[in-house]
Amino acid sequence: MKHVYGWLLLTPAAILLVGFTHYPAAATLIDSFFSTATAVRPSRFVGFGNYASLAADPVFWKVLGNNFRFALGTIPTSIALAMVMALWVNRRLPARGLVRMAYFTPTVLPMIAVANLWLYFYTPQIGLLDKIGALFGAPSHNWLGDPDTVLACTMVMVVWKEAGFFMIFYLAALQTLPPELQEAASIEGASRWYFFRRVTFPLLMPTTLFVLVNATINSFKLVDHLFIMTKGGPDNASSLLLYYIYQVAFSFFDTAYASTLTVVLLLLLAGLALAQFLLIERRVHYR
Amino acid sequence: MKALLAVLMTAVLAAAAGPARADTELTFYYPIAVGGPLTKVIDGLARDFEQEHPGIKVHPIYAGNYDDARIKALAALKAGQPAQISVLYSIDIYELLEQDIIVPWDAVATTADDKAWLKAFYPALMLNGIYKGKVYGIPFQRSTIVLYWNKDAFREAGLDPDRPPATWNEMTQMAEKLVKKDASGNVVRWGVEVPSTGYAYWMFQAFARQNGHDLMNRDGNRTYYDNPDVIAALQYWRDLGAKYKVMPEGTVEWGTLRQEFTEGKTAMMWHTTGNLTAVKNSAKFPFGVAMLPASKQRGSPTGGGNFYLFKKTTPAERKAALTFVKWMTTPERTAEWSIATGYVGTRPDAYETAKLKEYAEGFPQAVVARDQLKYATAELSTFQTGRVRKLLDDAVQAALTGAKTPAAALKAAQQEADRLLRPYR
Amino acid sequence: MNVSGNRILPLETGAAWLLALLWLSPLLYAFWAAFHPAELATHFRLLAPLTLQNFAKAWTYAPFPRHLLNTVILVTMILAAQFVLCTLAGYAFARFEFAGRDIAFGLVLVQLMVMPEVLIVENYRIMAHLGLVDTIIGIGLPYMASAFGIFLLRQTFKTVPRELEDAARVEGCGFLGVLWRVYVPLARPTYLAYGLVSVSYHWNNFLWPLIVTNSVTTRPLTVGLAIFGAPESGVDWAVISAGTIMAISPLLVAFLLFQRQFMQSFMRAGIK
Repeated sequence: MKHVYGWLLLTPAAILLVGFTHYPAAATLIDSFFSTATAVRPSRFVGFGNYASLAADPVFWKVLGNNFRFALGTIPTSIALAMVMALWVNRRLPARGLVRMAYFTPTVLPMIAVANLWLYFYTPQIGLLDKIGALFGAPSHNWLGDPDTVLACTMVMVVWKEAGFFMIFYLAALQTLPPELQEAASIEGASRWYFFRRVTFPLLMPTTLFVLVNATINSFKLVDHLFIMTKGGPDNASSLLLYYIYQVAFSFFDTAYASTLTVVLLLLLAGLALAQFLLIERRVHYR
Repeated sequence: MKALLAVLMTAVLAAAAGPARADTELTFYYPIAVGGPLTKVIDGLARDFEQEHPGIKVHPIYAGNYDDARIKALAALKAGQPAQISVLYSIDIYELLEQDIIVPWDAVATTADDKAWLKAFYPALMLNGIYKGKVYGIPFQRSTIVLYWNKDAFREAGLDPDRPPATWNEMTQMAEKLVKKDASGNVVRWGVEVPSTGYAYWMFQAFARQNGHDLMNRDGNRTYYDNPDVIAALQYWRDLGAKYKVMPEGTVEWGTLRQEFTEGKTAMMWHTTGNLTAVKNSAKFPFGVAMLPASKQRGSPTGGGNFYLFKKTTPAERKAALTFVKWMTTPERTAEWSIATGYVGTRPDAYETAKLKEYAEGFPQAVVARDQLKYATAELSTFQTGRVRKLLDDAVQAALTGAKTPAAALKAAQQEADRLLRPYR
Repeated sequence: MNVSGNRILPLETGAAWLLALLWLSPLLYAFWAAFHPAELATHFRLLAPLTLQNFAKAWTYAPFPRHLLNTVILVTMILAAQFVLCTLAGYAFARFEFAGRDIAFGLVLVQLMVMPEVLIVENYRIMAHLGLVDTIIGIGLPYMASAFGIFLLRQTFKTVPRELEDAARVEGCGFLGVLWRVYVPLARPTYLAYGLVSVSYHWNNFLWPLIVTNSVTTRPLTVGLAIFGAPESGVDWAVISAGTIMAISPLLVAFLLFQRQFMQSFMRAGIK
């Protein structure tokens, strides 16, 4: 009897979940084995043909590389910064409330708005960054137009947006740490750095894991800024995988290839999730 | 008895007259390239048309920029939502043909008057809209690239403020004089800037044409990216930044270029004539507008949007669409639209109207784009146009940032383009 | 007692403040540009006159009120649906034993990793089939069954003492009655927390709404802002800043007024 009720309660949510997560994921996989249908030629089975095109597509490799660099650049930085922010805000810092608000504010802004603001920051000569640089005599630089700096610029912007968000989770965790630990450590004359390294950091591991998972997913999901800032340029230097999928699907109308790219993205997300759980699970200290 | 009969007769007659004819509805997507207030203009035009033509309802839908408009219109059609006409990129024609969703206007424009109307536009603007002799696109908001120059800056540099450069060499030399540096040697004003984000291929088409060669053929299935003249054109563009140092190296942002010009950070700029009204309203210095300089010849691609008629339309809708588009492109309305936006008047007789004549006298910069039409070429358009254009965008950006040499970048792009276009030959 | 851990060095205070200032500067900059005439957007003269003309212009450029309405409708619709669906599902997972429960829960958690945004190609096709392209409900539908919500509510419901449920049963409640009378009231803090998180997320969501919407009557603020911010012929910073500020102010003001609640919500959501 209870079985039926259980499933009944679950059904509405299940329909939507299956309909918009599980079914599309499966359908994407299947679509990647067919060619795109055009008015002149219906879709036909091509086996691994799309994957072969994928492997031979230099833009795909560029975009994938960018995404990895983007992840590597933003994840550790934002986590480290978030930890530092949380540690500062957790103490009796003067104007603590204001500081905390300052750190968290970027989180409530939509990425599109953030991109609008930072596009201006990065504009050569008349943009704020170059103006500040000019005060120190630095030459103007084409930040978003230089393939060497554009990805880094987007990374800075994303760290700005995300660090405050992660800070909150660290704050919550810090507040659950018993103060006796602090007292015991100071009695024994432990230095702050020692205390942090041996006590605080390991105790924050569960939060770090949570934040890590979140940050990784975000680094593959966050492409809104590209629509406003660079559209992936110059020459795909700032493009990311999800943005490329959007271009292929909605600008080139090549849905089969877009599905193929999506499959790669799904595999990446699944793989990363698995790796993180396996690797970090071992080092997490649960009390 | 007679009264009853009379009432009955009236009732029968009234019934025979049929229910009121349902209005024909026209939905159309359009991009606006010059900022929001023009959506009000379009809405106003739609209302005016509805008043003059009861029985046709017009729903304009503002879709963003050209890419957005194409995506939205196609997506709507795919999803089964109605759209009868749209203003889309003139160069989307092959894409639309391949998806088999447009019909030529010749099919609906059957009367002698209609046929005359089809011939009333500038030939250069019709180039992108004609395929195998049939007219698919009616010019509406069209532009060419023009050279804007800051007269005060020219004066300051010792140049004649009323004489813009007419050739590449002149442009290079003048730009070198116009570059201004501060005490520590940093550039505070560049000589000339050509945007390379957004529509890099469009700007590059101008260089290529000026150096003597077009970038694609008329059938939309072959590109000429690796032609020596074309490679030389890209080399010149790169040299402006890397060798002559009159332009910043790397890519120049389309969106912020206009503001950089009006703030005096660059003395000259290549940009769409669609920016004219905006520059006029925000520049605090006298400025000129000129045709682009020549290398072997003058040249500029045309740009902008045409009206397309979709296939999934009933005969009644097609007639209504024709009426609407003809109404939108009368000489007077074309003149008004050109004045409000800075776009080229799409037909010669628009320039004969009193309104535009008067405007041109007070603001001669407005007719430069029209004068350039005789040197104009069709905008880059082929089958698989999105991908083929992106290949060129990427190649141009790669060359300008120094990642590849112009020859290497263009050859690689040509190879890819050949692969994509071979099935269409 | 002198607890060394809680005292803060002046150097650190300075660093924390500097970082805070740095963090606020883009926003402060946008306010500067929006309230001053366009020419001053790139120059800083402290006593320069203020103006509202940028806001007036931005107001005409894009139908912000309509976008705001769309966003409010969207967010409310999603939240309402999420409350209902996730409550039912969370209750099922927390208190019912049924065959395949653990597998089902695992499948639910997949959505934490694979969000609807990642599957844009297929989801768009599905929406087209359902005829929901360019509708507000089309934007919200993929998000209404939220794995995160189900997870949170399951955790919360699990902590409700059985005695309370038994007491309600004694009074003759069926299992839905128990849900309504016992579980839901006790989970109020979780609902509040989740609500704030969900509203923030969906208020700021961009990619999926961009793809699904075609017209002004359905576009939310983020999409409207993107279209407004990228007209083909160039951007005017002052106006863009003004428009951006108009678009972000509802959520920003709400945040500033309810800071504590916002942050606590995220914290609570995270601990679980």
